[in-house]
Amino acid sequence: MNNEDYKGLMVFAEQREGKIHPVSYELLGKGTEIAQQLGIEVSAVLLGSGMGDEINELFYYGAEKVYYLDNPKFADFDLLNYKHNICRLVDDVKPETLLVGATHLGRSLAPRIAAALSTGLTADCTALEVGNEGNLVQIRPAFSGNIFAHIRTTTRPQMATVRYKVMQKLGRDTSKTGEVIRKDAEIVDSVMSIVGKESMGGVNIAEADVVVCGGRGLKSAGDFQLLEDLAGALGGTVGCTRPVVDDGWLGKEHQVGFSGNTVKPKLYVAVGVSGSPQHLAGMRDSDVILAVNADPSAPIFKLADYGIVGDLYDVVPKLTAEARARS
Amino acid sequence: MADIIVPIKQVPDMERVKFDTEAGRIDRSSASGEINPFDLNALEAAVQLKDKLGGTVTTISMGPPMAESSLRDSLARGADRAILLAGKEFAGADTWATSYVLASAIKKLGKFDIIICGEKTVDGDTGQVGPEVAEWLSIPHIAYVSEVREADANSITVLAEMESDRFAMKSPLPTLLTVTKDVNVPRLPSFQDKMKARKAEIETWGAADLADVADAANFGLKGSPTRLNKVVIPSEEGRKGEVFRGSPDEAAKKVAAALQEAGVLGSAK
Repeated sequence: MNNEDYKGLMVFAEQREGKIHPVSYELLGKGTEIAQQLGIEVSAVLLGSGMGDEINELFYYGAEKVYYLDNPKFADFDLLNYKHNICRLVDDVKPETLLVGATHLGRSLAPRIAAALSTGLTADCTALEVGNEGNLVQIRPAFSGNIFAHIRTTTRPQMATVRYKVMQKLGRDTSKTGEVIRKDAEIVDSVMSIVGKESMGGVNIAEADVVVCGGRGLKSAGDFQLLEDLAGALGGTVGCTRPVVDDGWLGKEHQVGFSGNTVKPKLYVAVGVSGSPQHLAGMRDSDVILAVNADPSAPIFKLADYGIVGDLYDVVPKLTAEARARS
Repeated sequence: MADIIVPIKQVPDMERVKFDTEAGRIDRSSASGEINPFDLNALEAAVQLKDKLGGTVTTISMGPPMAESSLRDSLARGADRAILLAGKEFAGADTWATSYVLASAIKKLGKFDIIICGEKTVDGDTGQVGPEVAEWLSIPHIAYVSEVREADANSITVLAEMESDRFAMKSPLPTLLTVTKDVNVPRLPSFQDKMKARKAEIETWGAADLADVADAANFGLKGSPTRLNKVVIPSEEGRKGEVFRGSPDEAAKKVAAALQEAGVLGSAK
């Protein structure tokens, strides 16, 4: 098989409980940009059960074609059936590029597809560019964001997982339509089974427009009420650093950083956060960063747009009052 | 009884490692090597399962000869056997070629029940090698495991994270798990364990040792489907960096005004 036999860009459209994950729309936005540069087609592959009108959303956000595989087995994430059917589709359609959102699901699924197809996969990209020969240049942070690697793939499809909230989606255009190509599913033994499901609660910090994050500068779990108040005034969500989770003050769903959540809010307020490389890796792409810390040499100030050097117990209530007065 | 394999990687101490901005590379001599922190959780999970079910824990690592120190450390932390996969043929491997070599070594080891990996490494940060190993071996895998619930000779039930949901998943054996930091608190090796590990033998396998289970064309840089074009060290982006000191009242007022100006406060909503 020659690389020239592979054409077009395909996005894996991830759905949970029938709702398409927004990272898929971001990938379609970036995919459209790349496809226009190269004069190629953008398609999406969707596995689901009775998806109905939700399929059209993929057209609204830029897909020209949607390959849709409908089967009850696809309602929830079924690793081996997802892998088997996406590999079959790729063998059939031969896209030059296959993009997958770097969600838990995507990061679990994509490596299996890459190994099965004997093709290269670049993890957790934050930028994609078209290279000199029309190949995909995949740019990803490594060493906690201290370096950026530019990677190319010699095999096809060129596969990459792409971090959520990094690419821009297109405006939702309901006048757009496209072709839904239904493909038959081939069901294999799932082997594994889901025996229970628990929700970690309503906190989805990765989606928040404003994050107020507390670190070691807070003296007790109860003091997080100060941050709750500020977050309330700003219309935001409370986050925290790893030590706070380790101390059991807040749950892991609140954790921002390398081993927690990556956030990209419009406003990030770091309160009593010194700014370890591991923490910065999870929030450095925020639009505006405000840091409050008693230590003027705290590394967080190097990354901040605005900083207040002072005692957080004095400063935060004042900020809350100001925010309330201005909203 | 469960025979458990834990692939580990030696990584630089991330708190100390320095970056050579001129050369655009990591100065690996600036920090000592240690077991990837996530792999410590994998090893601890393996040792706990062995304590419960009986069996063995074997660690394997592909890396330079200096990675032997991390394998020795794994013996002090409860592994029974450690194998180093070393040789210039393996150098420069991406995740595809790395997982191929690890999976080939596991095939050569023969029988196993569970493979446990850390969710990712702190230097590469891909999280791809575990699932790729599972694919090479045609076994299932469960990623982002935060709790091991039940295990017996035939199956294992774990809690796996999927963003804000947790799924209790059951897999028959053999299977592969990738575990998060939440799965346990790794034990510290005792002095006696360290002394014992110091004298233990670390087996070393080279490319030739895998000849009967692997195709050498897939090893190392030449087997890797992805290539590094270049490495860029980012300069910290042009943030405003306006720092206010003095009275909290005044600072809060100024910052709030600036945030409003920037469109992230008040009128923006």
